[in-house]
Amino acid sequence: MANKQISQMGLPKSIANVFAARNVFTAKDALSLTEFELMELLDVGLAQITSAVAHISEIVCPPYQTALSLMELRVQNEHLAGHLPTHMKGLDEALCGGIPFGVLTELVGPAGIGKTQFCLKLSLLASLPASYGGLDGHVIYIDVESKFSSRRLIEIGVKSFPEIFHRKGMAQEMAGRIHVLRPASLSEFTESLQQIKVSLLQNQVKLLVIDSMAALVTGEFEHGAPRQNTLGWHISFIKSLAEFSRIPVVVTNQVRSQSRDETCHYYFQVQSWNEAIKDRTRHDSHLVAALGINWAHAVTIRLVLEAKSGQRFIKVAKSPISPPLAFPFNITSSGILLLSDDGTELTGPDIYAIHCQGHNDIINFGGESLQ
Amino acid sequence: MEVGRLPISASQRGKLIAAGYTTLSSFSSLSPSHLARDLKISDNEAAEIMRVASHSRRLDGSAGGCGTVNGAQTAWDMLHEEEMFPRITTSCVDLDNILGGGINCKEVTEIGGVPGIGKTQLGIQLAINVQIPVDYGGLGGKAIYIDTEGSFMVERALQIAEACIEDMSECGGLLRKDFQACQLKMHPNNILENIFYFRVCSYTEQIALINYLDKFISEHKDVKIVIVDSVTFHFRQDFDDMALRTRLLSGMALKLMKLAKDFSLAVVLLNQVTTKYIDGSFQLTLALGDSWSHSCTNRVILYWNGNERYAYIDKSPSLRSASAPYSVTSKGIRNSASNCKRIKMM
Repeated sequence: MANKQISQMGLPKSIANVFAARNVFTAKDALSLTEFELMELLDVGLAQITSAVAHISEIVCPPYQTALSLMELRVQNEHLAGHLPTHMKGLDEALCGGIPFGVLTELVGPAGIGKTQFCLKLSLLASLPASYGGLDGHVIYIDVESKFSSRRLIEIGVKSFPEIFHRKGMAQEMAGRIHVLRPASLSEFTESLQQIKVSLLQNQVKLLVIDSMAALVTGEFEHGAPRQNTLGWHISFIKSLAEFSRIPVVVTNQVRSQSRDETCHYYFQVQSWNEAIKDRTRHDSHLVAALGINWAHAVTIRLVLEAKSGQRFIKVAKSPISPPLAFPFNITSSGILLLSDDGTELTGPDIYAIHCQGHNDIINFGGESLQ
Repeated sequence: MEVGRLPISASQRGKLIAAGYTTLSSFSSLSPSHLARDLKISDNEAAEIMRVASHSRRLDGSAGGCGTVNGAQTAWDMLHEEEMFPRITTSCVDLDNILGGGINCKEVTEIGGVPGIGKTQLGIQLAINVQIPVDYGGLGGKAIYIDTEGSFMVERALQIAEACIEDMSECGGLLRKDFQACQLKMHPNNILENIFYFRVCSYTEQIALINYLDKFISEHKDVKIVIVDSVTFHFRQDFDDMALRTRLLSGMALKLMKLAKDFSLAVVLLNQVTTKYIDGSFQLTLALGDSWSHSCTNRVILYWNGNERYAYIDKSPSLRSASAPYSVTSKGIRNSASNCKRIKMM
């Protein structure tokens, strides 16, 4: 929309020609200048500029919908009003049906906690036929760290849905719907994203998994600001992909330890800040999600996987539709199993903290191990 | 007044100066055709220049004469006007108290906070609370929700709408036992119908939309709140020219202020946070830079204080700096549980 040509907007000929003569071709060029700047540039009176800008704005402006029509559209057209059920009852209830369509869902946690397992299970669920609660579609799995294990995928399938997978040829069909990409660098990833956009609607793709986002920038830059800006374009692009195609997008993220300089306070919170300085030992054992605060704002749903006293938990740390609940889980041969469907509600810093205590006893799959 | 300050194109200005007209009074008594001959332009153009000149002259205030400046309003009139428009409640009594009753119409309020603190929740709550009927102390208006991040979830809006109707019916039962006519017939779908949702995918669309809102709101006069969630997102990714960003943001802020004033509606802008290096350490601050922080009339920061969510009035011409706790429940924004107050309805 931003790149729409001014010549095609139906402006009166005289003014349209002036725009073109001064190299203002697209709506983006025109709207990036204030009205006085345009007046100077085009040598045209203010009244004409105002009406031209109003005309361009009206055309470029996105159409509106009432919230009611939005809801009705989703209920009618989409599976479960736009959710992919994870088959973990407690989590599905918390998320109003499952992983929502059209937005970014992030899985973050320390190494070996089960993020890739979750992604494998989700990929399987998306490829299942609708009668078994799946989306009956294709899955694009972007595997940056080469953690995708097709053997494990089939194992999960056979253990969770024996009726389907023991039928002849079904395993091949289900696994055949999952397309794995292995970009070696950020630029390859960028290219494949653009190709994905093109093939999204054609191939009935119903889920996009990126495992993991953090691995794409680790090794390219050092800590700090550069990492945030590198992914800026990708974040917007992936979000718009998710939205216009109305598919769920699941992205995994790594953790890093919280450095000494990081406080999470405002200038008016001076008292708690002083306490935090005295309490530095507490900070050293804390993990935070990688990719920075800009990324944290961009994801819509953040699921944190962590380990406390040897028990793994999956908690809904950020979600516009659910309270902050934590569910204990284990990894079994059939994927992830919640030990309790009633989550415990969390408050305050517990919601965002990522714990990694007592996490040595993990199951090895395809080479995942805790360092 | 110098000819250089007239809003006319550069070539017209150049011709005026070349022909010797440097002040307004020098050509204001001429006829358009005389001016046209002098400047060698068409009659219509000359008439246009004269019209612009006389308009500017009027705005400047005449030398001898009325004593009041055109376009100004006395402070007394403004006070009366303010009292006419009720504020939009946030459904949390403590928060309403520090805001002086709620979000003020005719002003731009910026609300910022870390991810997950409840900005979108507050935005959705306000979009629903603006629709509370006048009989129940609300504005009975409609809402425009501009979503730049895709964080508006319809299921949540439905939940909050249902809870709002429940609260109103309860309150209606308590206060208006004799008022049979005022039966609450609102259905959550009616509430959802009155939220106009725009999804913006780039900063160009954001600017275009804000330009277009003038026309849209003239056609939908009962819109009483415009929520932008969030105003930051598209200006944070991938912007190379920071000076351009500042210009665009201030242009946008001015247009929003004008909208708020012209149509007497509330404008709520949700902002993200970033870290800033001050005095040897990193501190949290709202995004978009220092120049933007001057643009909004009121500024509220949402933050975590221990286990509770708090709101802090960072900047306001009429409200004291204060903080208040609030909580996000399945019904929306409500009082913080630890305060144990019953929600007092308007």
